[in-house]
Amino acid sequence: MTDRIKKASRHTNQNEGLIFEKSSPGKRAFELPPLDVPAVDPAKALGANHRREGVDGFPEVSEIEVLRHFTRLSTWNYAIDLGMYPLGSCTMKYNPRVNEFVARLDGIATEHPYQPQDLSQGCFKILRLLEQCLLEITGMDAVTLQPAAGAQGELTGLLLIRAYHEKKGAPRKKVLIPDSAHGTNPATAVIAGYEVENIKSESHGQIDVEKLRDQVTPDVAALMITNPSTLGIFEQNIPRIAEILHAKGALLYMDGANMNALAGVTRPGDFGVDVMHLNLHKTFSTPHGGGGPGAGPVAMKKFLEPFRPVPILVEKEGGRLTLETVRPDSIGRVKAFSGNFGVLVRALAYILAYGPGVRQATEDAVLNANYIRKHLEGVFDLPYSLPSMHEVVFSDALQKKNAVNTMDIAKRLIDYGFHPYTTAFPLIVPGALMIEPTESESKEECDLFIDAMKSIAAEAATTPELVKTAPHTTRVRRLDEVAAARKPVLRWKPSAKSNTAD
Amino acid sequence: MRYLPKSPTERQQMLAAIGAKSIEELFSSIPERYRLHEALKLSGPFSEAEVIQYFKERAAENSVGYTSFLGAGVYNHLRSVITDTILQRGEFLTSYTPYQAEISQGTLQAIFEFQTLMCQLTGQEVANASMYDGSTATTEAVLMAERLTGRRRILIARSVHPEYRDVLKTYAKNSGLQVEEVGYAADGTLDATALRAVLKDDVAAVVVQSPNFFGAIEPVAALADIAHVPGALLIVAITEGVSLGALRPPAEADIVAMEGQSFGLPPSYGGPFAGVIASRDKFVRQMPGRLAGQTTDSEGRSGFVLTLATREQHIRREKATSNICTNQALCALAVTVHLTLLGKEGLREMAHQNLSKARFALAELEKIPGVRRAFSAPFFNEFTVELPRSVKLVNAQLMREKIVGPYVLGTAYPELTKHALVCVTETTTRSEIERFATALRRVLEQPL
Repeated sequence: MTDRIKKASRHTNQNEGLIFEKSSPGKRAFELPPLDVPAVDPAKALGANHRREGVDGFPEVSEIEVLRHFTRLSTWNYAIDLGMYPLGSCTMKYNPRVNEFVARLDGIATEHPYQPQDLSQGCFKILRLLEQCLLEITGMDAVTLQPAAGAQGELTGLLLIRAYHEKKGAPRKKVLIPDSAHGTNPATAVIAGYEVENIKSESHGQIDVEKLRDQVTPDVAALMITNPSTLGIFEQNIPRIAEILHAKGALLYMDGANMNALAGVTRPGDFGVDVMHLNLHKTFSTPHGGGGPGAGPVAMKKFLEPFRPVPILVEKEGGRLTLETVRPDSIGRVKAFSGNFGVLVRALAYILAYGPGVRQATEDAVLNANYIRKHLEGVFDLPYSLPSMHEVVFSDALQKKNAVNTMDIAKRLIDYGFHPYTTAFPLIVPGALMIEPTESESKEECDLFIDAMKSIAAEAATTPELVKTAPHTTRVRRLDEVAAARKPVLRWKPSAKSNTAD
Repeated sequence: MRYLPKSPTERQQMLAAIGAKSIEELFSSIPERYRLHEALKLSGPFSEAEVIQYFKERAAENSVGYTSFLGAGVYNHLRSVITDTILQRGEFLTSYTPYQAEISQGTLQAIFEFQTLMCQLTGQEVANASMYDGSTATTEAVLMAERLTGRRRILIARSVHPEYRDVLKTYAKNSGLQVEEVGYAADGTLDATALRAVLKDDVAAVVVQSPNFFGAIEPVAALADIAHVPGALLIVAITEGVSLGALRPPAEADIVAMEGQSFGLPPSYGGPFAGVIASRDKFVRQMPGRLAGQTTDSEGRSGFVLTLATREQHIRREKATSNICTNQALCALAVTVHLTLLGKEGLREMAHQNLSKARFALAELEKIPGVRRAFSAPFFNEFTVELPRSVKLVNAQLMREKIVGPYVLGTAYPELTKHALVCVTETTTRSEIERFATALRRVLEQPL
């Protein structure tokens, strides 16, 4: 078994309990400078009603214990810094460290959103340059950097669409969403006050253009499309789709989650998209950080510009920039302050490092996906055979014969030293294996991945139990998710014996 | 390009393996007329040194060298270098959402500890793994209250952060929610009489902030009693978490929406921060956002997983409790590390320093003729003073002395153009406070 696993070997890692269990009164990890004004009595300052003695249960530990605690926890995680992270649709690419460095500079991290605009020109120039870069990459006319993540970008985009229709008379009722879409699309449409109508993909996984013609009624506000689709396939009919929608006064929204296939090669603004969001934590490399933060700028055509959320960056005479908060047609504010500014800083640092070279990144991402596809085709079932862009979607149909499913293969991949691909998505592929290598993987790493996948396919045929019970090498084995949901334990509580004081 | 790990030869080898003649062939599914044939007009590529230089130049155009008395939802607090040291560990920084629990136990346990810390702080029973920020957490708390009560009228205090109220209005507009504002009393807290007059059995939630936007601490327990009479929920928004080191937690609230920025996150021109929703166990299935839970593996070892996912968009699609997917996980980790460092004693001491410094600052300012405290309710580290003239004009003059003056309440409250919201934290030194008071006195002594 072990000689088949080339990328990883086991090594000891440290056990570590919850920090609350290490606590002992009197220890501390943080000391403040001495108070340089007279100390007030909290009871007098606040009144007895409002006063609290201290937070019950808060940890009392020393600095080295804190550092070791979190360092130990960190070693239980997989990370891009350790190797390929082929999660389809997530674009887990290298997170350059210079981006972290510049986001922490004095004068960047230290700035307050309410400081005078004359003292914020540096922040404004950063925002301005990022806006210009994103417009050039998307081919759109206007952009807002406000949304905090992709899903909030989607909401912002749909609110722009709604405001546009309202201005023309009525908001309309429905948003069309393909069955291959991310779950955020339908969830967002509902918050924007729309009914969701799902549209079925045709046999190649593309939008059925003829059917669409019938589905676009005067009630339809927009179609939300992901391009390339979640199958990693470019929606070839997108200009016609745009025409059909526009003929009925509906708009085309593009989920930009898969922009890593397009940047520098083609521009949504050129092929009929009216409004789209970008995930800066995907395409533009801001770290995913275990689930966030992200940023979800929304780029749009000129006619949607008046509806942009506030605040809006405006250039005055002499190049002075200012943030304006009052716009008559604006959809309002979607988040407090100026977007996830620190994330925007990192994305700009990434774009500046590449310049027009972003095209090379896109090419390498598509090259990697196709290289993996070529080597795994036949080993795994390829349900849709149209050309792949930045990701490839297989199914577990061949392995199912031995009762091995995509989740089992994914878990076995962990033993081989890789993070799993995306499992069971998109929903239109039963038992999907959705693989997105990104441009950050070398040929060597791709080859190791291909070897691992082939080896697991062989195991699925010869020793299926080995795959079905994977992972075998992790700190914990498969966890009981049913029990977790049935009787949720969502916080630590002191046990009876350590709790005698309460 | 330094981020790309392939040589030209390797690219050719890979193309050959695929059976493609050129890279262009891999893009053949994009209709020819939409393919770009010219390079994008982007400046760069830049070396690491040039990238750093660009941002240093921008930083120099900002407020470096100024002393600030701004709070208003974003606070300067001490942070330990330990927090950033942990955040920059690649295993935390460059990992994805912990859906694959077996190789994400570090992130999952940290989230579990975050949820616990948030419960301990707020006096609530359950807390989620983070929302975008305090403003969207407040809005999501309102949407949660709507689901829990089946009612659509929302009463929100005017003393809730103006931008939080704006965000709520944006979301509410299309959700069929009717948002009404309730004014403030002479002491700066919510006007309870006005609240009682409009509070009926069609109200889903009463939303207050404490300490509120004027700095006044709201009587949360009493407001909960009022809200509960006709069956409304009480939502308490918290923008300044450090206050909870000295203040009774809002345990009587039904939902708490907190901004965690004060706990280890720099102001960063307004984000990324860490919102959180905390509530009662019985409401957990209507909570938005991710939750980590404790369970066991197939061999009986304890471990953590993301749980109750049937609330979330990737499972429930249009029936989800929220559309949130990416949250603020790394910021929540910063909060967790920071609060663990502070611990019980550190947080208490920090909170008490804030109390002492703010009172010292108020006393210094009150010595200036024409300056008076505007509201009498108890406060934490922010308070409102009324000046004898427009705060905007005063601030313009303070800037010449390298002081970023207090928040101009007139920006959001037209009736308060002479009112300033002053924030003083443990990071503000006595001499800075004295310099501010001296400068303000000098400004006010000059004729208009």
